[in-house]
Amino acid sequence: MGRLLAAVLFTLIAAAPALAVRPDEMLKDPQQEQRARALSAELRCLVCQNQSIDDSDAELARDLRLIVRERIKAGDNDRQIITYLVDRYGEFVLLKPRFGWHTLILWAGPFAILLIGGVVVWRQARVKRVAVADAPLSPEEQAALKRALGERDITKM
Amino acid sequence: MIVELGHYALVLALAVSLIGTALPLWGVKTNDAALMRMAPSASLVLFGLVALSYAALTKAYLDSDFSVLNVIENSHSAKPLMYRISGVWSNHEGSMLLWVLILALFSGLLAWFGRGMPQRLFAAVLAVQSSITAAFVLFLLVASNPFTRVAPAPMEGRGLNPLLQDPGLAIHPPLLYVGYVGCSVAFSFAIGALITGRIDAAWARFVRPWTLVAWCFLTLGIAMGSYWAYYELGWGGWWFWDPVENASLMPWLVATALIHSTVVMEKRDALKVWTILLSILTFSLSLVGTFLVRSGVLTSVHAFAVDPERGLFILGILILFIGGSLTLFAWRAPLLKQGGIFAPVSREGALVLNNLFLAAATAAVFIGTLYPLALEALTGAKISVGAPFFDATFLPLMLPLAFILPFGQALAWKRGDLLGVSQRLATALGLSILITIIIYAATWGGPVLAPLGIGLGFWLIFGSIADIGLRAKGHGVALSVALRRAVGLPLSIWGSTLAHMGVGVSMIGVACTAWGVEKIVEMKPGETVQVGRFDVKLEGAGLRNGPDYRENFARFIVIDGGRVVGALEPGKRIFTGRTMPTSEAALLTRGLGQVYASVGDVNPQGQIAARLYWKPWVLFIWIGAVIMALGGFLSVLDRRARIAAAVKARLPRAVPAE
Repeated sequence: MGRLLAAVLFTLIAAAPALAVRPDEMLKDPQQEQRARALSAELRCLVCQNQSIDDSDAELARDLRLIVRERIKAGDNDRQIITYLVDRYGEFVLLKPRFGWHTLILWAGPFAILLIGGVVVWRQARVKRVAVADAPLSPEEQAALKRALGERDITKM
Repeated sequence: MIVELGHYALVLALAVSLIGTALPLWGVKTNDAALMRMAPSASLVLFGLVALSYAALTKAYLDSDFSVLNVIENSHSAKPLMYRISGVWSNHEGSMLLWVLILALFSGLLAWFGRGMPQRLFAAVLAVQSSITAAFVLFLLVASNPFTRVAPAPMEGRGLNPLLQDPGLAIHPPLLYVGYVGCSVAFSFAIGALITGRIDAAWARFVRPWTLVAWCFLTLGIAMGSYWAYYELGWGGWWFWDPVENASLMPWLVATALIHSTVVMEKRDALKVWTILLSILTFSLSLVGTFLVRSGVLTSVHAFAVDPERGLFILGILILFIGGSLTLFAWRAPLLKQGGIFAPVSREGALVLNNLFLAAATAAVFIGTLYPLALEALTGAKISVGAPFFDATFLPLMLPLAFILPFGQALAWKRGDLLGVSQRLATALGLSILITIIIYAATWGGPVLAPLGIGLGFWLIFGSIADIGLRAKGHGVALSVALRRAVGLPLSIWGSTLAHMGVGVSMIGVACTAWGVEKIVEMKPGETVQVGRFDVKLEGAGLRNGPDYRENFARFIVIDGGRVVGALEPGKRIFTGRTMPTSEAALLTRGLGQVYASVGDVNPQGQIAARLYWKPWVLFIWIGAVIMALGGFLSVLDRRARIAAAVKARLPRAVPAE
């Protein structure tokens, strides 16, 4: 029964796209495999739309996954593997671009906005507080306040 | 015939929207009350026409009228009823018509419920709404007409994109569109305020419920989309930092900032200009989102409508509305009367901080999404910006915000006492730290950051509970009195408390993904694999037929502690009229976690490749979002938020302008 079903399945879905990481690609050493998975998640599948090679079904992604695992087996560290791939495929392969002049706005922009916004708010708050402290109520305002408070002596409140 | 009627109604809608834009605005300029009074009628008629047009297209889908190009391309006579109705918005033209329908609905609701507003503002707001409708109806008629006929009509349609044939399609786009389009109301209010030159606390009170409703739907829409991607795309992730996801996240972040800044404006008469800017930005980012999705300018997994010509048209609309509104802002905003003074340590100070972090986080998403395009256009260099980048920038901006949130919620208006607040929140903070330590101890050697995330989530939940508790309790009050007081607290307080707890719940769900188990295996029927605490056994495989697809599926049974607790039947479907198979993941919910399975190839040895996951507490991610939205809806129901009530309480019968 099982064999028959498997045979049916084989003929029917052999043409279907594969799952991203296939068991036959995986490294024997679980620690190395874990490194490979983590690295794969940071590498772009070059022919896909916004997918890492870890998530992608594409053949090219599989090739890259195999390269990553070969380099790990060869004893390269993560940085060496990344450099190896960038040398061949360009920075496009990195889902997290390197920090540099060409990515300054990208990396620093959001934090710069936080900083500038913070300074503006802080200055505004300071200026206004001084202004409040320096502006006592005018006699008319005092009178209006007195009326509103029902003729109580506001200096005692 | 009915199709032509729908087409004609759309043409008429264009005319009415142009009239509804021009005459009321002229009325506002010349102070002509008769012209201003045309605005609500025009908006209601406009809604009727667009609704008629939409109904006509839906009828064509229901009848499988294959003389209509749009129906041929996206429907099939074997399609179940639900997908005929939702098929209308499965494609570019239909979804734009839905967009316009919701826009007209919002204008109609505004025309109906906003009658107590000051006349000039009311007319200006409705006129701006009509102008947006006019632009998009024109876009539909010129560049994406859903009513185009074909002769001779084919016998059969091509069917719906299989990825979209899912209950998710029925729910996700309408929710998201209500959110996107709902932001238009805040935009129109902002432009209305800039035109009439008046903005005050009452303005904030009018605009707040609309923004809240839009925000709630946006929250639900994003959560629904996330859950849909989670079970449909088949690799178990729930957020991919895909440009299209980012396009919906940006308006959500700014709308979140906006609902907080309107509180400051309402209570303290401060942050006026900033609130106006946020209102403009929220809808602008919604438009940008529409543009990004519809033009195909960004390549992404969602790019099912790739057409640069339409992109140019939407880009034109974008430039007109965003550029125009920002120009108007630069010109008129300095004339608005600035008010409001505040100390840094106060509720409003905390809300400003909230806005600051949310703005920076929005900038992170915005720059991350568009920077690669800009860099390539300017220098030709190609870079990618993906999930690892956003994890490294977005999270550091959001986590501090989460940490300060309970403090802000507990601070008093005007002049807060940080030390006193810290003392009152000591129990909540202590409990959260205790939980974090316990989780560290229990999972020693496991994930490093996740226990902190859970602790932070609990801090948000406990902080919110403490806030309600402190408001109800006071000094030495009996429990029964405190409970009665808690029930009597304004709904808006319960609403914000609930929403903040929702953030905490989602955060716990996200943190718990760190303990997820993933198994990538090749199995023969009869084999068992251990996934977390479960044994998952492959029973067999088979072939079955759905209404309009064939499916190869595998059957797994899930064993928990020696007992069979359920079955999983993931598969691959091939839909009639399509050749590409789609994978169909299977889920088994245990408590708030899920066992997740998807299958791939069969290898020459007869083994089926499978991905099996155990995702503990994963449902918290979306439950949290639903709680957030519920909180938002509670706030809308608050008496004070209702326009009519606010008007009765505040305005002693405005004198007519004539």
